[in-house]
Parts: sequence; C-alpha cells; structure tokens
Amino acid sequence: MKVKMLLAVFLLLAICSNSYAQDTTAEGDTTAISVDSLRLPAPPGNLSGRDKPNDHGHAIILDWELSPDDGGGSNSVLRYDIYKWVPQLMLDINLVRDSIIIIQKIIRKTTDGIEEGSQADSMLKVFSKFSKDELFDIRNRLTDHIKAENEGLAEASKSYPENGAWLFIDKKPSGTKTFDHIGSKEFKSKGFVPDYADLYYRVDAVTITGAKASSEIFGPIQSSGQWYNTYRTPVVFSVFLFTILTVFYVMRAKQGADLYVRPLGGIEAVDDAIGRATEMGRPILYVLGLGSAADIATIASFTILGRVAKKVAEYQTELLVPTYDPIVMTVAQEVVKSAYLDAGRPDAYKEDTVHFVTQSQFAYVAAVNGIMLRELPATNVYMGKFFAESLILAETGALAGSIQISGTDEIAQIPFFIVACDYTLIGEELYAASAYLGKDPVLLGSLKAQDYAKAAIIILAVIGVIVAQFDFGHYYVDLFEVVN
Amino acid sequence: MRREIPLIITTVAGLVFAVSYFIPHWPFGEAESIFGDWVAIIQAFAIWLGALNLVKVSLEKIYRKKEDALYAGIIIVCLLLTIAVGFYDGFTGGPQSSFRDTGTSFDWIYRFVYTPLTSTMFAMLAFFVASASYRAFRARNFEATLLLIAGFFVMGGRVPLFHLLLKPFTDVPYFSEFAGWIMAYPLTAGMTAIMIGIALGIMSSSLRIILGIERSHIGGGA
Repeated sequence: MKVKMLLAVFLLLAICSNSYAQDTTAEGDTTAISVDSLRLPAPPGNLSGRDKPNDHGHAIILDWELSPDDGGGSNSVLRYDIYKWVPQLMLDINLVRDSIIIIQKIIRKTTDGIEEGSQADSMLKVFSKFSKDELFDIRNRLTDHIKAENEGLAEASKSYPENGAWLFIDKKPSGTKTFDHIGSKEFKSKGFVPDYADLYYRVDAVTITGAKASSEIFGPIQSSGQWYNTYRTPVVFSVFLFTILTVFYVMRAKQGADLYVRPLGGIEAVDDAIGRATEMGRPILYVLGLGSAADIATIASFTILGRVAKKVAEYQTELLVPTYDPIVMTVAQEVVKSAYLDAGRPDAYKEDTVHFVTQSQFAYVAAVNGIMLRELPATNVYMGKFFAESLILAETGALAGSIQISGTDEIAQIPFFIVACDYTLIGEELYAASAYLGKDPVLLGSLKAQDYAKAAIIILAVIGVIVAQFDFGHYYVDLFEVVN
Repeated sequence: MRREIPLIITTVAGLVFAVSYFIPHWPFGEAESIFGDWVAIIQAFAIWLGALNLVKVSLEKIYRKKEDALYAGIIIVCLLLTIAVGFYDGFTGGPQSSFRDTGTSFDWIYRFVYTPLTSTMFAMLAFFVASASYRAFRARNFEATLLLIAGFFVMGGRVPLFHLLLKPFTDVPYFSEFAGWIMAYPLTAGMTAIMIGIALGIMSSSLRIILGIERSHIGGGA
C-alpha cells in the first residue's frame, strides 16, 4: 500500500514537473512584452500598493495611474492585466493543490470541468486506480505537505527575481486605477496569499490586438492581519455605552427602584388564552418558527414557551409543540420539562409534547396546518423566526377559530401576523417579552436601558436632520459610519 | 453544575463572538467559521434525534390507534421508502454515480413528489393573501382606513391599468410616483424604526444571555 502511494506521489510530481515546464514557458511569453505590428500602448504609471487595512490579512490594495493611451493618446487600451510574482515553491504547492482537487473529484464521483487529454485528465487516470481509503490517505498526506511547505513561502519569496514566475491574477477594464487583491486565507486554496511574505506586482496595459506594456514592478510589500478594526469604532462606543446603561439600570433595579415598563398586550393575553383553552378542553399549539437555536428570536421564544408551559402545567391543559429543527426540539423539550417541574407537575409532562416534524419549510407548514384542523387548538402561539409560511399558518389558525398570539423579528412577516392574529409582538417586543414575563427587577432594568437607548437614538436622529441642512453636516454623519 | 456548565459555555462563546467582530486577526477572525463547523457537526447528529423522535411519536399514534394514526402510518411508510430508494440507488448506481444524480429513483421522488407538494403548499399563499387582504382593508377604524388608502395608491402605482386610465388626461405617471414616494419615505421610515428597535432588542438580549442574567433558555427561570 505504501509503495503504491509513493508511486502515486512520484507520478504526480512527474506530471507536475512536466506541466510546470510548459506553464513557465507560457508565462515567459506573457512576461516579455509581445512584439505587435501595431503601436504598443504606453504603460500604466506609478504602481503602488498597501496592505488592506482592518482585515484578517492576505490582501493588498494596488493603485496605478492610467496609461496615457487609456481615454487619451491613441485610446487603444482595452484592459489592465494584473500579475503577481510568486516563488517556485508556490508554483509547486499550487500543483499539489490541483492534485488534491482531482482526488476530491474522484472521491465525490464527479469529473466536471476535466477535459480529455488535459493535465488534470492525466492525474485523474493515475489516481482513479486507487481505492477510496487510499485516496483519503493520499489527500491527507498532500494536505499536510502543503501546510508544511507554506511555512517556507516567506523565505522563498526573498529570492526575487530568481526562482519564480509571474502569475496572472485578474483583469480590469480600461479606466480602472485600483485593484484589491483579496487572497484566500485558506492555505489549501489556490488563491492563498501568505502573510508576512514579500509580494511583487506588475500591471500590464493591453490593447485590443493583445499588445501589452508593463508597468514598473512594485514590491516588496507584505500583507498582515490587524488586531483592531478601526472601521467599527462607532459600534465599540455604542456597545460600551449601552452596556454601561444596562449595568446602571440593573443595579438600580437591584437597589429596589420601581421601574415602569409599559404593558405588552400580546403577553398579557397569554394567561387569558391558556384559561380559555382550559375551559374549552382544547390544546394550546406553540410554534417556535423556522429559526435555529442560535437565533435570538428563537431563544426569546424558549423563554415565552417556558412561561406558557408552566401555566399549562398548572391548569392541566394539553400543549403541542411541533418543531422544525432537531436542536430546537431538544432545547424546547428541556424548557418544557423544567416548566412542568417548576409547576410541581413533573408527572404531567409527556415526551411527545415537543416533537420533531421535518426540516422542509412547506412540509412543516402542512403538518402544523393539519394539527390545527384536526386538533382545533383553542390558542395558537407563534413566536420566533418566520418566513413565507407565516401567513399560511396564521390564516389556517384563524379559519380554525383559534385565538392567535404571534411575535417575530422578521420585518417582512410582521404585517401578515398583524392581519391574521389577535395579538402581535412587533420586533423588539418579542425580546422584551422574556424580561416582562419574568418580572425580575434585574431583567426589567435591562429593558429600561433599552428604552433610554431608543430615546438617545431619536435625539441623535433629530440632531442629524437639523445638522444635515448645513455644509458641515457630513462630519456628523461620518461619526456614525460603519464599514463592514 | 447542570446549569453552570451551559452558562459558562454560553458566556465564553458569546464573548468570543462579540470580540471577533472587532478583531479581524487570526484566530478571532476565524471564530465564526470554526463555530460554524461545530454547529454543522452537532446538527448532523441532531437530525438523528429528530428522525427517531418522529418515528417514535408516529409509532405511538399507530399503536394507540389515535384519530390521525393513518397519517402517522403514511409518514413511516414514506420515510422508510425514501431511505430504501436512496440506498438502492447508492448501491446499484456504480462507482461514478450518486443516489442524487439526475434520473435516479431518488431524484424522481424529489422532482415528481416532493417538489410538486412543496409548490402546492406555497401556491396556497396566494389565496391566503387574498383573504388576509380583505380582512386588513376593511375600514373599521382610522388605522385600517389609512392602510386601505395607502394600499390603494401603492397597488394603483404598481399596475399599468391606473396609468392607462389617466392617459387621456396626462402623461405623468402620478400613481406610480406617489406609490414610489410611499415606499421610499413613510414605509422606509417605519421599517427603519422597527429595525432599530430589533437591533437594540438583540443587543439587550445578547447582553442578558452573555452575562448569565437570563437563563430561561437552558431550562430554568430567568
């Protein structure tokens, strides 16, 4: 087995060496300015570059002056070709990367994009002789090989201009004066740009006939990642101020301050709705939506579910919770079980109260609609993330004659719920519900902070409207600008 | 410890995510993809939990001869049949094919059973929109009347019929312009206000969860 694998690697390297020899010849042709019967364009000038700021690294921004023949002179420049000098080691690594791609294709049983007779086809024929397990082994060894070789890229790049070649990166239309070379941070990727390695660039002006004129070579330059994204400073300040505000009101609440929170109709109606279901002897249907357990809306919904389940346990009513996501199901089961325990009725908890349906959106809707029409629940509660299914669910619930309470942070779905449900928690009210339900002063303190933050935003917006009328208005706007 | 360990994990994961938003440098910049991989792995295992739960609940319904036992039976049959067809295609298709390839029986189920059923459910939305619109546009109070008027102008501006009716009098697409104004200003203003509220709500909830103030999601009171 080992001999076979060594043979494979040997064959691979043999193929790679041959193909590389062809590649470098081709590159050599492009490096030299082609002799064209027509006049060569003037080259782009003053090529410069800088590390892309506020990023994770692996990226360089290039700037140049337009060729005099771009938009002027003979006006013959069609595009700019951008080249990067790479050491021989990088070229070798790229070929190993190609072979890994071929192995992946064989493992996935696909030959898409491989032309007959090509270098990739030769590799395909070599690797097709191996079993799947052997291919996995070869792939892992080659990946380790790339990882180890990448360590030497910074050193290898110091050999410029020896032992390397110019690689074409991208092309830009005439009139372009800048290019962001965003390399991949993934060492297994062919577009990988190593940080802290010397990089050299060149930009060629190209005419419609293919005549090229190269700029002066720019380099060395190194890319690196930053430890702080200055573009996001306004967010840092906002989060900092909001945290201080929250801690302040939480502490005030702990000291016994009486904090008023406006009533939420939808939440106040929950108790009445559960009472109604008890009187009618019908179940309560609780829908957590299509969100995952990582969505804040779903987490808020868990809190409300806990409250509903506790009341249901006290009133001895039936609760139905069909779920879309298996992780949400597991968490919801735990929440409901704890609520029954808190209510002193652990014996009343049934394992199938919270059950999984499907992870297909409309199949889930069909199942929930079926439950609504068969079980005729007295109350339907929709809390969490909802998408196109919101109206189908809510309208079916309305047809079934159920009292409906909904809440979502999906703006596009809020109108549908408002139309079809009796009570709707709009956006932030869904998050406030958990604090409101608990009546815990500490949680109410955080709600108070939220209210004051909203007041601050309104004041800042009004100031913005006034300031925008003056020339210096953009300074104010710039204070809040966040670049992602 | 049953509550403390999840709380510690939540706090650490929450803080790492919050910090990684401001630090692009490795390893913080990779936090999302690293955690994303973990979630994908957990999700892959969790689907088994879901499937087993579905089978258990359905079998119980059949065993207890509940009213909807027939549907539970259909679920079990469809589930097993789809799995069997997938395995059959996987084993008989040869080394260069997958059970999901075009032309396989599994693909047939997907294209001619699953897709039409899904499309049918989605198409029902059109009828529900009509009934919901009727309910929404009944001018019962001031807000509903305002909605009716706004809806009239927006719909009028989005269909060529209204423009055609005005054609003998003017070439200016007044309806279209007014609909555009409603969408660009009052609607955007309202939506932005809700979005700001949602953003603050998310921030406040996240803080409560990270600080361990709110813990109801791990099965306990706040």
